Amino acid sequence: MTTTTDAAVPAAHAPPRRRRRMDGSAAVRYGFIAPAAIYLALFFGFPIVKNFTMSFQEYTSATFFSGEAPFVGLANYAAVFADPIFAKALANTAIFTVVSIAGQFVIGMGLALFFRKSFPLSGLLRSMLLLPWLLPMIVSAAVWRWILEQDSGILNQSLKAIGLISAPIPWLTSSDTALIAVVMVNIWLGIPFNVVLLYSGLQAIPTELYEAAEIDGATGWSSFRFVTLPLLRPVVSVVLLLGVIYTIKVLDLILGLTGGGPANATQTIATRSYEMSFIEFDFGQGAALGNVLIVIALLFSVVYLRANSRAMKEG
Amino acid sequence: MMSHQPRARTSAASVRVPSSESGFRPSRRTLGALAAVPGLLSLAACGGSGGGSSSGDPDSIRVVDYYNTPADDKVIQETLDAVGSEVGVSIAREKVPGEQLIAKVLQMSSSKTLPDLLMLDNPDLQEIASSGALVPLEDFGIDTSGFAKEILEAGTFEGKVYGLAPTVNTIALFYNTTMLKEAGVEPPTTWDELKASAKALTHDDVYGLAFSAIATYEGTWQFLPFMWSNGGDETDIGTPEVAEAAQLWSDLVADGSASQGVVNWGQGDAIDQFKAGKAAMVVNGPWNIVGLQTDAPDLEWDVVIIPVPAAGDASVAPLGGEVWTIPQTGDDAKQKKAAEVLQKFVSPENQMAMGTARNTIPADMEAAKTFAQDHPELATFVEQVSTARSRTGKLGTEWPATAKAIYTAYQQVLVDGTDPQTAFADAADSLG
Repeated sequence: MTTTTDAAVPAAHAPPRRRRRMDGSAAVRYGFIAPAAIYLALFFGFPIVKNFTMSFQEYTSATFFSGEAPFVGLANYAAVFADPIFAKALANTAIFTVVSIAGQFVIGMGLALFFRKSFPLSGLLRSMLLLPWLLPMIVSAAVWRWILEQDSGILNQSLKAIGLISAPIPWLTSSDTALIAVVMVNIWLGIPFNVVLLYSGLQAIPTELYEAAEIDGATGWSSFRFVTLPLLRPVVSVVLLLGVIYTIKVLDLILGLTGGGPANATQTIATRSYEMSFIEFDFGQGAALGNVLIVIALLFSVVYLRANSRAMKEG
Repeated sequence: MMSHQPRARTSAASVRVPSSESGFRPSRRTLGALAAVPGLLSLAACGGSGGGSSSGDPDSIRVVDYYNTPADDKVIQETLDAVGSEVGVSIAREKVPGEQLIAKVLQMSSSKTLPDLLMLDNPDLQEIASSGALVPLEDFGIDTSGFAKEILEAGTFEGKVYGLAPTVNTIALFYNTTMLKEAGVEPPTTWDELKASAKALTHDDVYGLAFSAIATYEGTWQFLPFMWSNGGDETDIGTPEVAEAAQLWSDLVADGSASQGVVNWGQGDAIDQFKAGKAAMVVNGPWNIVGLQTDAPDLEWDVVIIPVPAAGDASVAPLGGEVWTIPQTGDDAKQKKAAEVLQKFVSPENQMAMGTARNTIPADMEAAKTFAQDHPELATFVEQVSTARSRTGKLGTEWPATAKAIYTAYQQVLVDGTDPQTAFADAADSLG
């Protein structure tokens, strides 16, 4: 949004000589916007609109051949909310998102603060930290599935070797631990994102402030509490918001690790929506549930934008 | 025409796609399928307009299948090319990764680019036929005599045959002969023997038995032989006969004779346990024999039919394998040619050739008998196939929902410790 206003400013101050060619330059300006606008409309706008209309239709595998998708009103939504797994999926989504974000943020913040100090190999270590982010999700999921394997997985073997456990933990095969395991892997995946953004946010805080705070007697925790946190607030809110939006819709990781199982223990709104569309072939219901997810994500965005504008007014 | 090359190689030639040669529905949790999602959604809107066929060349037949492993790929291509030249058409074949086939078919039917000859996994046939995308084979006078009744049924929708399977498969019990000899155990034939021998074979980090009880159609496919042999039926899954089969699985896991890991294992994972010597017996199919021989050449194994509840009971296993169909392209002349190709493709001679190359069983009853004599190592599968049942025979398009209810129920039993009778009664209720 800022770029478009910036672009408009010089045009408003254009010398009168060029005003005659306003139509032409307007066309040029729209011409520059057009590719992005068309792209967005085609690849973001269209699917969302399509998903919205699909959720009011009986859209099955037959629809693909016949093109017929009868309008069914709110029937898909009614079916989605009456689905016996819906409540569980909603709760799982909430737990998955909240715990993942909390874990990623706390560990990410700790690492970012740690890497602020310069020490030998800190640059190398910091770039190594990005590795989970660079791996395709399917690869991470496959490797973690293997690590968490109950009988021969390396995690259980190691825990056993150091005497922490006597019987192997059924990480992915028990409904008590599966969600914990999935959240654990997701935290691991999300740490790089948090570290990178928080670290760059920390870099932007002038060191003079810390020096001044130190003279006033604020060191350690109080320096973090009264200098770092307030100045990092805009970055923190972006990290948390993006984190929520990314995490709430995580699909491939869960499918790769547990497929939503065992016995639906790791079923979330996203996996359930996928299952409705591509396993039960009920694309209408899948779309309806997908829209529920979009609305939830949208709510977070609205909360963020409001909080942001309030902060701007105050600031 | 460069007709002997697949038109588009959508996958690196031979990444092992377990589902590509087995009889179960491709596992949709496989992440590859995700790649198809955006395309599918955006193409969904194009449906319902126009008609007409796929490619312009009247002498070229477009074929879509999912045979990606080298052994399958070679024999399918050679057989198609041979029958193509007999009929006087060239073959343009496209191979799709197994788990993406259905998404691809939906996309093709939406954009009116269905091929002239389409392979489908047999439990998917009714779903696709019900959408109107396929033509009944009798419209082209295709002769289906010689095919076993159950095999035809696997390709039938509302009384009409839409798909023919040149070869079929099923599952049986593989066992490690060395381990059984060491433990002094005979291959089990009944459930009690299965439990006893699995327990006797379990020690240290070796489990007596491996199977797949994953929450996908693949797991249901492995559950069926136990359910059917016990008199259970998919038309009513709330019966004690069905629950007892789940009880058997649950007992095996509770005894420690099978790993709790079964709830997250596909059939490929189960056979891997067997290859690694971590399971003495495994429920699996003939499509994994080549891999077993390659990956574990020193392992000595044999196959018996799946144990039955009590001595004398019939062992009923599910019928697997892919059926070949003629899609509704609107190009009559080409459909006729495709029908000619299909008729020759499924001839008993070709069935024998494909069965030999792919370790699958010819669908023609006479051919299957000769095949069993020529291939004694597959005789167990020939026997098991002769009594096997198709999954969609009774329920048709209702099958996927029932299959899902079944895997949901046995997962509750194995994971949450729900009483099998309660779990399956609930599952039956959920189907309404």
